[in-house]
Amino acid sequence: MTKPAATSVRPKRRTFAKWAGELGWRHLVAIAVLVFGLVPILYVVSAAFNPKGTLSTTGLLPTSFGLDSFERLFTDDNIPFGRWFLNSLVIAVPAAFISIFISSLAAYAFSRFRFRGRRPMLLFLLLIQMFPAFLAVVALYLIFGTIGDYYPVAGLNSKLGLMLVYMGGALGVSTWLMKGFFDTIPKELDEAATIDGASHAQIFFGMILPLAAPIIAISGILAFVGTMNDFILASLFLTDRPEMTLAVGLKTLTADNSPASYFGVFAAGTLITSVVTVTVFMSLQRYIVSGLTGGAVKG
Amino acid sequence: MLEQRSRTAGSATAAGLIIKISVLALVAGLAVWAALPLIAAGAWWGLALEAAACGIVFYVYVQRRNIPLKYLIPGTLLLIAFQILPVAMTIGTSFSNYGDGHRVDKDAATEAIIAAGVQQTPGGKTYLVAVGDSAAGDLTLLLTDTADGSTWAGDAEGLTEIDAEIDATGRITAADGYTVWGLEELNERQDELATLAVPTGEESGIKVQGLSAFEGTSTRSYDEGCDCITDTATGLVWTADNENGTFVTEDGEVALVGWRVNIGVDNYTAILTDPDIRGPFLGIFTWNLAFAAGSVLFTFAIGLGTAMALNKPGMRGTRFYRTFMILPYAMPSFAMLLVWAQMFNRDYGLINDLFGLSVNWYGNDWAAKAMVLIANTWLGWPYMFLICLGALQALPSDSLEAAKIDGATGVTAFRKITLPLLLIALTPLLISSFAFNFNNFNAIELLSGGAPFRAGDAVGGTDLLITYAFRQAFGSSTSDYGFASAISVFIFLIVATISAVMFRTTRNQEDVYS
Repeated sequence: MTKPAATSVRPKRRTFAKWAGELGWRHLVAIAVLVFGLVPILYVVSAAFNPKGTLSTTGLLPTSFGLDSFERLFTDDNIPFGRWFLNSLVIAVPAAFISIFISSLAAYAFSRFRFRGRRPMLLFLLLIQMFPAFLAVVALYLIFGTIGDYYPVAGLNSKLGLMLVYMGGALGVSTWLMKGFFDTIPKELDEAATIDGASHAQIFFGMILPLAAPIIAISGILAFVGTMNDFILASLFLTDRPEMTLAVGLKTLTADNSPASYFGVFAAGTLITSVVTVTVFMSLQRYIVSGLTGGAVKG
Repeated sequence: MLEQRSRTAGSATAAGLIIKISVLALVAGLAVWAALPLIAAGAWWGLALEAAACGIVFYVYVQRRNIPLKYLIPGTLLLIAFQILPVAMTIGTSFSNYGDGHRVDKDAATEAIIAAGVQQTPGGKTYLVAVGDSAAGDLTLLLTDTADGSTWAGDAEGLTEIDAEIDATGRITAADGYTVWGLEELNERQDELATLAVPTGEESGIKVQGLSAFEGTSTRSYDEGCDCITDTATGLVWTADNENGTFVTEDGEVALVGWRVNIGVDNYTAILTDPDIRGPFLGIFTWNLAFAAGSVLFTFAIGLGTAMALNKPGMRGTRFYRTFMILPYAMPSFAMLLVWAQMFNRDYGLINDLFGLSVNWYGNDWAAKAMVLIANTWLGWPYMFLICLGALQALPSDSLEAAKIDGATGVTAFRKITLPLLLIALTPLLISSFAFNFNNFNAIELLSGGAPFRAGDAVGGTDLLITYAFRQAFGSSTSDYGFASAISVFIFLIVATISAVMFRTTRNQEDVYS
């Protein structure tokens, strides 16, 4: 009972102690965690600029500087890095765009219309997205083997086939995410627009989509990054070396199947890849927190 | 009349109408393009399916009444084709013995066994042999006819002519749709070759001998009456075992080529009852749970701690800290996993270097487990930090103030007020994080590949169910699609159950607190 009174008469000269108690430990925690977080990244940078490019000569801090690894990355015929990079983008960008567009259509229907089977369909979507595409990897492999017999452009070892799988895989999650956001857009807006003579398509394309830009950006990034990072399906689908994605291609440069001298080249490739993802993240930083917690965290 | 119609129609403007018509035209064009190969191959079921899908699309967009359907149909079709169908097929496959030795139907298996008994006949065709895998993964002989130089692909189902590149001797070096084996692979997989025979007729086939092959007639024949195959040269009789999809001799010897049959729940009961499978499976399962729970716990602890530390209005440098803390999250995770794999290298890796250790991270069970947890924690904590920070800032400030007035100090306030409120808000995300890590194929495959493996063991110390299943299906030694599918279904059931239970308990909690 007397405790609150005791703290209020704390002597004033203990200002450093006060600072340490209030802010100091916060900085300590932040710096400690930051060290843990940045060490591997520093290591990649150090390895990428290490002119020798081997694992054994790479330390946490660079001892010498050279662009040899980057040069090898683009000149070595054995490392079609440019192709891998392009493949990843060619697959991930359209897959993200199309799946987000299709999800937003479905989310609009779920958010704005009441129809028979709406609730069961939503629940089913929740259930099916717990069965991630790669769990069905055996079936996908067999299905696309068959598809390839009829349409070689979309079978195994084709970018189109892989893209289709990614598109299907991202649907459930993004539909739910977007439906949650669409629900927060007041229905009165729709009604006003309808009275002004707008059709449902005009409401969707002209009003809802622009208003939902933040969540579309987030879903798009999540789908894009998820696709870029996928290994299991890409390694199964794309086996020809020039057709590989970055994930599969860069894996071939690590010690298991390559001499350790490829480590610098691998680090350089990692660094270039991360420029893309880091730029995307940093430019949309302010949306990310709200987008990740969207729906789940109510104020 | 016109005005009224346009108000309910999807395309009220001319531009909208034009877009709609052109999209439908595109669909029609695509449908025709897709129909051609189906017609050419006589795949009438496929054609009917395709026509039905196309018809549904046209019906939905031409009619005016059912508006929600117009928005749902693209997603529904995509979902059916690439999520629901694969899931259904996975379940179907899990009840079969599909896999190596059971890839084809009974007729093809019979033919293959007959072809395996082929003896060279004088004057029969001879071929130069290269070996490869087809796009679907079937072992294929790539043959060059020594008489006229024509090129063929032959597998257990038969012979087809192909276009291929050949070297000076005439041997095939590359062919579209096939991965040609190198010398090393040829050496390693000799055994598979010896048993492969390409049927070319009722009782004739092609067999490999060294680096060439010959066509001849078989000494074996199939008799429908006894449902068996008789070898006249050796007198052996294989009787069909229709339950297991194999041909078996009287001595119990099983022919190498069997066929695909429905074996009911055998794959599932094998997991539960076969001691060779059950033991390792239980081990993997326990570790899998520990890995997922540990990943969530560690990332959440670090993320929450950091978020608490930075959640102080007026503190200097928070923006700076936050920007750099997102970095690990923004880095491509697959690449960073590979970097971590190198950092744990025993001889030259950073970790042993920095801390002066000489731990063999890939050789010891516990070290390997610690390794994957450390790396996975590094990958996951910034995400937890971000969502914890968001949730902390969204906490109702009045309950915290009330607690302060009531005399709750830092730790008590955190334990009694902040944490419960946070957990309610974040449980759905924690559950999905658990589900994600439960199936975190990348983390294991790219870090340890399941290692360490004890000699002759199919199960590694850090294997998750999903990496184990993947290796069962696509590993270098065997492919057992049926068993791998059964594990997939099993994983799904586990994740679904855990999620359902957790969601239910949190919903009850929410009722209590709100």
